[in-house]
Amino acid sequence: MKFTFFHLMAWPHLPDDFREQHHSVWVDVPNSLYDPARGHDVYHNYLDQLEYAEQCGFDALGVNEHHANAYGLMPSPNLMAATLTRRTSRAAIMVLGNSIALYNPAVRVAEEFAMLDVMSGGRFIGGFPVGTSMDTNYAYGTVPTETRERYAEAHELIIRAWTEREPFAFNGRYNKLRYVNIWPRPLQQPYPAIHIPGGGSIETYDFCIENTYSYSYLSYSGYLRGRDLMRGYWDQVASRAVDESPYRAGFAQVICVGETDAEAEKLYKQHIDYFYNRCLHVYPGFGEAPGYRTIKTLKRGAIPQLTPKGVKTLSQLSWKELLDQRYVICGSPETVRQQCEEMIQELRFGNLFCLMALGNMPDDKVRHSTRLFGEKVMPKLRHLWPDYAEDNRFWCRPIANRRHPDSELRGVA
Amino acid sequence: MKSYLLETAAGRTQIRVQEAGSGTPLLYLHSAGGLAESDPFVAALGQHFHVYAPSLPGYLDSEGADNLRTMLDFTLWGFDVMDALGIEQPVVVGHSMGGMIAAEMAALNPRAFKGLGLISAAGLWLDDYPMPDIFAKLPFELPELLFSDPVLGTQIISEGYDFGSNQDELVSFMTRFQDESFLQDFLIKNARRLGTAGKILFPIPERGLSERLYRATLPTVIVWGDADKLMPMPYAAAFQRLLPHAALVTIPGAAHMAPYEQTGAVLDALQRFH
Repeated sequence: MKFTFFHLMAWPHLPDDFREQHHSVWVDVPNSLYDPARGHDVYHNYLDQLEYAEQCGFDALGVNEHHANAYGLMPSPNLMAATLTRRTSRAAIMVLGNSIALYNPAVRVAEEFAMLDVMSGGRFIGGFPVGTSMDTNYAYGTVPTETRERYAEAHELIIRAWTEREPFAFNGRYNKLRYVNIWPRPLQQPYPAIHIPGGGSIETYDFCIENTYSYSYLSYSGYLRGRDLMRGYWDQVASRAVDESPYRAGFAQVICVGETDAEAEKLYKQHIDYFYNRCLHVYPGFGEAPGYRTIKTLKRGAIPQLTPKGVKTLSQLSWKELLDQRYVICGSPETVRQQCEEMIQELRFGNLFCLMALGNMPDDKVRHSTRLFGEKVMPKLRHLWPDYAEDNRFWCRPIANRRHPDSELRGVA
Repeated sequence: MKSYLLETAAGRTQIRVQEAGSGTPLLYLHSAGGLAESDPFVAALGQHFHVYAPSLPGYLDSEGADNLRTMLDFTLWGFDVMDALGIEQPVVVGHSMGGMIAAEMAALNPRAFKGLGLISAAGLWLDDYPMPDIFAKLPFELPELLFSDPVLGTQIISEGYDFGSNQDELVSFMTRFQDESFLQDFLIKNARRLGTAGKILFPIPERGLSERLYRATLPTVIVWGDADKLMPMPYAAAFQRLLPHAALVTIPGAAHMAPYEQTGAVLDALQRFH
């Protein structure tokens, strides 16, 4: 198993009556609610937590991209990843990812990911999300029906920019470049491992299988709700007659660890509540711009919660519901181990994205939970996939002789 | 009223056309909401004109959405339809999004038309009057925004213009937005329609029309409801200011969907083109 400490970087100071007073946490949330002076502390606390996670034994430190979002303060995750390259030396640095449809020209992503790969000594893992409708369409103005076409073109351009060694011309519909010629180029050859966040469309399953990318399901709704989607993915893998390495898949799960079940509830309940009931207060009208999803996917898919009743009850989940329905895995190290093992076996994945720093959880609690997971849970889950221990197709391949943060000398951590 | 499939763009695509009436030819371009299968406003136009009402790709069973990307594509689509229909010198009338396309066609080739009618037309953006984002509205929020009578609006949006016979029947349609299978069907149709519309309306329904309107030197009438909450009256004034020969007809109490709520008043405004 590979464990990624994934940070969303939520704004922890949303008012108590946020749900009642504000339309949405995303897209049109007024930035008068953001205090830059407090934001200075918030960023540094969060970066410290990511660095601490490396000390606790996590395999990767994960960051992601959101726009106009009060629970995701990283419009540019690449900046965060860049600071991590300087203060860490062992863990992979995972940017999951850059919404490649948004960059024009998309060589910008090829360049910045190559920079991160070189700066980190080959510890970089990248991600290419299509991007949520909130980010891509509403906050960044991409025409919904163009989203996937822009994505496909950007993907082709980035891979060619990484792999070709002479300048070339690229005549795309959206990217017209006479000279594609990126400096630097990636350290890992032919390019870093790529993870693709998906939401259940067959096209994305196939895209991952064809390109040997890892398929990641990043939701906050827990593994019981993720089962059908992951089953669909593995069915597709089987039908394509490729190997069934669990590292072809990743899954995000909210996890909180205490010394005991009772302590865990006492420590984390209020912060989980903040996350689900304030941070996930997204106006459903922003959930999916018409044309963002293909008609084919819509015909198969469950419909979003768009009824007046659905709008009212969205994210009004009790603590018991959150636990029983496994939105959250929270408890003693043994409880967490048992539920994680069940989840990993049942969904079959090798990359666990641990969401441990959530909402307004204070630094000491994040560290407590992170340390307990690293010390008491991770070691017992690490060897769940012995048959695939050598599979590094979906992970980084660092160089041995790379810089260490505590020394000006070259050394290996 | 006739309804048939028509090959356009030298056989590249097929689109649905509704045709009614006789006399002066009139090309009618629909709004982002689209036409009903047997559209009551098209039928009403047919009482005074020889009306041709094509449905854009993504609407009803019209095909070819992949061929439409830019504003120019939409404009040329309109001319392709005229060529395929073989109509000469029609009056071109458009409602909302259709008005945006009609205005572009008139600006591109004003000599091709007898006149231009713009009913609550899209295509301009006024910073002082930012219009609500229809792409972020939930289905149950639309009637209030678009109609002066939300109950009637719900019925029109949900039921494809099958007008009920009494108030109780109309109210019962309001509850249909609670029904999941109905809602899924609605969302798929909505995604097809607004997927096409989004190409020229998302995120801001402005593609440079204001810089081209000076070319539309043909007789023009602008028809606007003074209770339009989506595009308030200053948009009508802006069109009048930018168009060389435009008269403005204001319909008291009418909302954005005036053709369906105040059909008679809209038809009266178009009488000058007989």
